Amino acid sequence: MTEHSVDPAAAPPAHPPVQRSEVLTRALLASVFVIAACGLVYELIAAAASTYLLGDSITQFSVVIGVYLASMGVGSYLSQYVTRGIVVKFIDVELMIAVLGGFSAALMFLSFAYAGPGFRVLLYLLVVLVGVLVGLEIPLVMRILKERLGFKDLVAQVLSFDYLGALGVSIAFPLLLAPRLGLIRTAFLFGLMNALVAAWAVWLFRDRLARPLAIASRCAVVTLALGAGFIYSEELTRLSEDRLYTDQIVHAESSKAQRIVVTRWREDLRLYLNGNLQFSSLDEYRYHEAMVHPLLASMPHARRALVLGGGDGLALREILKYPQIESVTLVDLDPAMTRLFTEAPPLRKLNAGALSSPRVKVVNADAFVWLEQSRDAFDFVAIDFPDPSNHALGKLYTTSFYSMLKRRLSARGAAVIQSTSPLYARRSFWCVVTTLEEAGFEATPYHALVPSFGEWGFIIASQAPYEPPASYPMPLKFVAPEMHPALFAFPRDMARVPTEVNRLNSPALVRYFESEWRRSPSQ
Amino acid sequence: MAPQSLAVTGRRSFLGAGAALLAAACTRGAPPLPPGELLATDYRLGHRLRDGGLPSAREVRKARVVIVGGGIGGLSAAWRLQRAGMADIELLELEASPGGNARWGESAVCAYPWGAHYVPLPTQEARATRWLLSDLGVLLGDPDAAEPRYEERALVHAPQERHYRHGTWSEGLVGLEGRTQQEKDEWQRFQARMQQLRNARGRDGRRAFAIPLEHSTQDPELLALDRITFEAWLRREGFVSEPVHWMANYACRDDYGCDYRQASAWAGVHYFACRSGVARHAEQDSVLTWPEGNGWLVRRLMERAAFTMTPGALVFRIEERPRHVRIEAWLAREQRSIAIEAEHVVWAAPFAFAAHALAGTALAEPMRAYQYTPWVTANLTLSELPHERHGAPLSWDNVLHEAASLGYIVATHQSVAVQPGATVLTWYLPLAHESPSAARQRLLATGREHWAGMALAELSRPHPEIRSITRRVDVMAHGHAMVLPHPGLVWGAARQRINAHRGRLHFAHADASGLSLFEEANDRGVAAAETILAAMGSRQPSLRYERG
Repeated sequence: MTEHSVDPAAAPPAHPPVQRSEVLTRALLASVFVIAACGLVYELIAAAASTYLLGDSITQFSVVIGVYLASMGVGSYLSQYVTRGIVVKFIDVELMIAVLGGFSAALMFLSFAYAGPGFRVLLYLLVVLVGVLVGLEIPLVMRILKERLGFKDLVAQVLSFDYLGALGVSIAFPLLLAPRLGLIRTAFLFGLMNALVAAWAVWLFRDRLARPLAIASRCAVVTLALGAGFIYSEELTRLSEDRLYTDQIVHAESSKAQRIVVTRWREDLRLYLNGNLQFSSLDEYRYHEAMVHPLLASMPHARRALVLGGGDGLALREILKYPQIESVTLVDLDPAMTRLFTEAPPLRKLNAGALSSPRVKVVNADAFVWLEQSRDAFDFVAIDFPDPSNHALGKLYTTSFYSMLKRRLSARGAAVIQSTSPLYARRSFWCVVTTLEEAGFEATPYHALVPSFGEWGFIIASQAPYEPPASYPMPLKFVAPEMHPALFAFPRDMARVPTEVNRLNSPALVRYFESEWRRSPSQ
Repeated sequence: MAPQSLAVTGRRSFLGAGAALLAAACTRGAPPLPPGELLATDYRLGHRLRDGGLPSAREVRKARVVIVGGGIGGLSAAWRLQRAGMADIELLELEASPGGNARWGESAVCAYPWGAHYVPLPTQEARATRWLLSDLGVLLGDPDAAEPRYEERALVHAPQERHYRHGTWSEGLVGLEGRTQQEKDEWQRFQARMQQLRNARGRDGRRAFAIPLEHSTQDPELLALDRITFEAWLRREGFVSEPVHWMANYACRDDYGCDYRQASAWAGVHYFACRSGVARHAEQDSVLTWPEGNGWLVRRLMERAAFTMTPGALVFRIEERPRHVRIEAWLAREQRSIAIEAEHVVWAAPFAFAAHALAGTALAEPMRAYQYTPWVTANLTLSELPHERHGAPLSWDNVLHEAASLGYIVATHQSVAVQPGATVLTWYLPLAHESPSAARQRLLATGREHWAGMALAELSRPHPEIRSITRRVDVMAHGHAMVLPHPGLVWGAARQRINAHRGRLHFAHADASGLSLFEEANDRGVAAAETILAAMGSRQPSLRYERG
């Protein structure tokens, strides 16, 4: 893949071989190996980063590689105009590659985060520039070496080291570099290698250079900059992530289960799990009031409550407003979530310390497995699972799960289930309704507008027909009896559609959800 | 000249050094084999039968019914007798634990199968199987319903199957991506032909390929398929393409443990054409499965067993007398032989093993027509699920297209946990590419390390990380796993002569059908039990399928 144009000029008569010249030849060939490896790495990084950020791997790889190869051709062509001071030019080219290539991945990630549509322009600008420079370097090396080797050997050896360097990197990149170092750090590492080749060339040709000190200091500056980049690459990653999340990240951790990120912008605290927004503190009361109160306010007899999912404690906060609730069990898979929302002051303030309430028992377990093993009966259950975006999560919305849920309800017990958006994922929403009905529940669907989410859907699953409460026993910000008509009516664009039942052996919901969110504009 | 020679040696040594580095990287990347055990069917005990010289019994005891063999056939017979209220049943099992091909294992991670791991949706003819599943709470409602309802947890969860070919996972067993138009056309024609045979009926009005196979048509035109191999039949029908031949061979390896050049065409077609079972709310190709495979059914049957089971018991003599059957058995655990005089004996073990016990009778000779294919299964305990890359997601059945094994199934697939964590993969290797006896010799001479290494090597292609996440590899060698349905076995004279036997000795193994399938073993066991019940004067309605 590294096709270089070969200087057609016949080799001048070789100088008599001396010890120094042999060392020089070997050194230059070794540097061919290194610079070939570097050249390929930048190309792979550009292709991998664009795939990572834009998706569609075949197109990204194909176009990036094509543009890169063409640019190398341009570089090789341009090499004929470099006539004097080849060694100095070679060192400068190396340093430029070191800078551009070394910073390429960091620039791409940052530009994606900050420049938005400008990202593609920068991506191809980088690909073209690095390509042209890499195209330049091999012809320059050949011209330096041609003073020492015959034309036949020159071509054979330079090209074979060039290809070997490419081979080494093409194997190391997917197995070692990308997974272990990451793209940003890999780019800096190879940039450093380019810079070291330049420095080495300065040393080798120190007595043929006009101003070796000036060139050496250029090398030092570049090496230092790249070294700093390598060391601080974690901060650079954070910087681009900060920007992707638009707001300042106040907490980020990777638990066994998921990536938890909390951001803040002025008064707005936001929780993201695996990059998906879970709530914004500006409007989460709408979501959680709508989930809890319409059902719980209609159940003055409710004493024992259960929350499945909802480790943020916000649904819990609403449930604890009812003094007749004697105990609430909260089952969330991720101990990191419940710990964070128990301990971190701003989050604790948000859920009013709900997770520390003496009425609350927190269990970190897989909800389905826990429910299966539980022998308790509950009057009120709030289910706040992640959306059914894969087969494993889809199991939490099946007839099997709801049959199990039914067995855990007291005689007059009922549950409320967050069921994705009836507007963006209409069939998914009604599929949950159909599935609850198949499991023998009375299903009462309703919806509320949560600005940061859009139109959001809930379903009350009861064993007797549900009646909305005539009044609410405490002041609320969003839910009120006069809201009921809007809450329980479904306009035409969200009206019921016939769907299949979601079962463990035929997960209709996962299929609906996948197709609906794929074409949905938001999220 | 100097630079050139220097450069040449330089390049050569560089290449050499590079190769050495690469080799070092490869060996360093391969950690030592994970620990594990080699389990095997008790061939040492079995070989004592072949070699003879077991001491005669000194003690004689009596029983109403003795069942020899605690696999699905024997346990089904016991279940049926027990259901009719019969006590005084004794079950003799050669191995340490019951189950036969449906044996299972269990670790701190989960239960896992050692052999048969699913039951297809039972057909109308497999009525005994439906009643058994109903008793065990798997079939809900009327077992005779046209479209029965099954416990959703037992129906295989999605995704059911995928296959690995040319470096990618795709849904289903066979992929047509990248195939030529001719291959695609032939595949469609094969599907259509099998669909036609699934619906076909003989001149006597019976289904062409029924399960239990006893209910199949006796139309000579269709029985003639039992005289040629499946491979020969495919060629006769003009099927020449790779996907069709791969699928046909996979079917024989999967269900019979043999190559499609060894299996009869009747048996081969039966795989595709006999499954007419349906269920409410499930696809037709759905199956019933559990973490420990069919071991789950064995467990439930043993939990409710009202009979005594003696493990390590080797029956070496059977003598039918007018008022009872006298059997002699070597009890390995007690190092002595006993004799039992039973009103009825159900032989529910491989028929070839009965040939020794029945030496000198007319039954011994047809029993020697039976050959058995050996299998190796390995259970790999993983600290986490194999990593998901591109392609179809991890499924219950994960078929490797270009491998000696069939692939693997995931024991935790039926788990409802969102994050199952550790798991067990069961890897299935039929030793199908050589004669059963040669394969068995190899099995005896080969240690765990070989099979464990082979499993890891095969799985490392789709899952490069497999060695780093595998904690144990336990291996089981099955010497006589499945009857080989070579041409002439299923509809030949030997099987007929054995099944025609009437008396106090009854044959209840899948060998009575010639196909090692759950429904066959179950139906034969129930049939033997019902014959005994009838002989004892019980007037219970049959649980088996009756025409019309």
